[in-house]
Amino acid sequence: MSGSVRVILPAHLRAMAKVQGEVRLDLAGEVTQRAVLDALEAEFPMLLGTIRDRATAKRRAFVRFYACSVDLSHQEPDALLPEQVLRGEEPFMVVGAMAGG
Amino acid sequence: MAGTRVLVGTRKGAFLLTSDESRTDWKVDGPHFPGWEIYHLKGSPVNPDRLYASQTSGWFGQVIQRSDDGGASWDTAGSDFTYDGVPGEHQWYDGTLRPWAFTRVWHLEPSLHDAETVYAGVEDAALFKSTDGGTTWAELSGLRKHDTGPQWQPGAGGMCLHTILQHPSDPERLFVAISAAGAFRTTDGGQTWQPINKGLRSGEIPDQDSEVGHCVHRIDMHPSNPDVLYMQKHWDVLRSKDGGDSWQEVSGNLPSDFGFPIAVHAHEPETVYVVPITSDSHHFPPDGKLRVYRSRSGGDEWEALTAGLPQQDCYVNVLRDAMAVDQHESCGIYFGTTGGQVYASNDSGDTWAPIVRDLPAVLSVEVQTLR
Repeated sequence: MSGSVRVILPAHLRAMAKVQGEVRLDLAGEVTQRAVLDALEAEFPMLLGTIRDRATAKRRAFVRFYACSVDLSHQEPDALLPEQVLRGEEPFMVVGAMAGG
Repeated sequence: MAGTRVLVGTRKGAFLLTSDESRTDWKVDGPHFPGWEIYHLKGSPVNPDRLYASQTSGWFGQVIQRSDDGGASWDTAGSDFTYDGVPGEHQWYDGTLRPWAFTRVWHLEPSLHDAETVYAGVEDAALFKSTDGGTTWAELSGLRKHDTGPQWQPGAGGMCLHTILQHPSDPERLFVAISAAGAFRTTDGGQTWQPINKGLRSGEIPDQDSEVGHCVHRIDMHPSNPDVLYMQKHWDVLRSKDGGDSWQEVSGNLPSDFGFPIAVHAHEPETVYVVPITSDSHHFPPDGKLRVYRSRSGGDEWEALTAGLPQQDCYVNVLRDAMAVDQHESCGIYFGTTGGQVYASNDSGDTWAPIVRDLPAVLSVEVQTLR
């Protein structure tokens, strides 16, 4: 499977990547969280280490992944993303977790 | 006419403050990287248009930014700070051992000799070096792998390497300071290191003659006399006349010898500035009076500089990297506060005026003298 995936980045990372609005990534093969993030980091290398830890490739603690109104943050990185994400109907969202006070 | 550019790192972005040599009218540019903590930014002495910034966030980690046009535009540089080899362990607050783990870059020190070389002091304490303008980084791991490394433990702010001093003519000779391990010196470009903490006295540790464990807040030197070092420790202001082999307390008549920054006048090697803070539990000036203290004799005898600074109800702090001096004929002194003010003096500290009053909490202040 493959797809043209829409990705929404948080404002801080959009500024760093110098993009506005959504990012569109054309993926070949299975569309998983890992595949999306690999493609994202390949196109925008300045994002390396900002979403996933460089050494372990694990999601940073205060970053979340949402799609189709579901929190996918705790899914296995190689699990398939929802069909609507594959078809580009719904975006894959990288979100800065709520924190503060 | 020469220009002046003050580089300010804050909790919520970076600001560039520019003026001419008179340093009376200022232009405020920023925030750059709004919303990010900017622990430090500094310009290359070799190429003043080359600036480096440490941008960090609890959400998105560490980013190094680089500018080649004096801060008008920025691009991300490299931010892979991987420790050399197996990181090992160091002391934690509770006495257990904890693996070394990178958190952030506290301090960036561009080389005095080469525009593409820059050093980074990081938490957990280590020193990194880049020779390609910050694109790639390699740890000078002889420091962290010193025999005393497993004894190092964090201060309240984390175990950070916050000070990097370069000998003016010998690139192989560096000094660094770590909270709360102490000061260290290398004479071979960072391959091997020697703790230089003899003479420090710290009530917070049981063995006063301990080789490490002292909470050094900042050290500075004057380039005309690089064997003379000045130190603001957790408590105590000290001086070394032998390149750090031994230290003598020079707190003298200071109202408190607790504080964070220390700076040496650009043209007077024995003129030193500190900002006394009440105590380790009261991080604000004594009596609510923001006073810079100046010694013209290398310490011991200090005078309060108050003209233009708030002398009542002032309860801000001045952090270790938040004081700098320029190189103009009439030496300028600058410092930033946790209340968001940046104060400047264009007459060696005799009088002061705020450049800005309402920035986010100031983490660092550096200044460039542009000719």
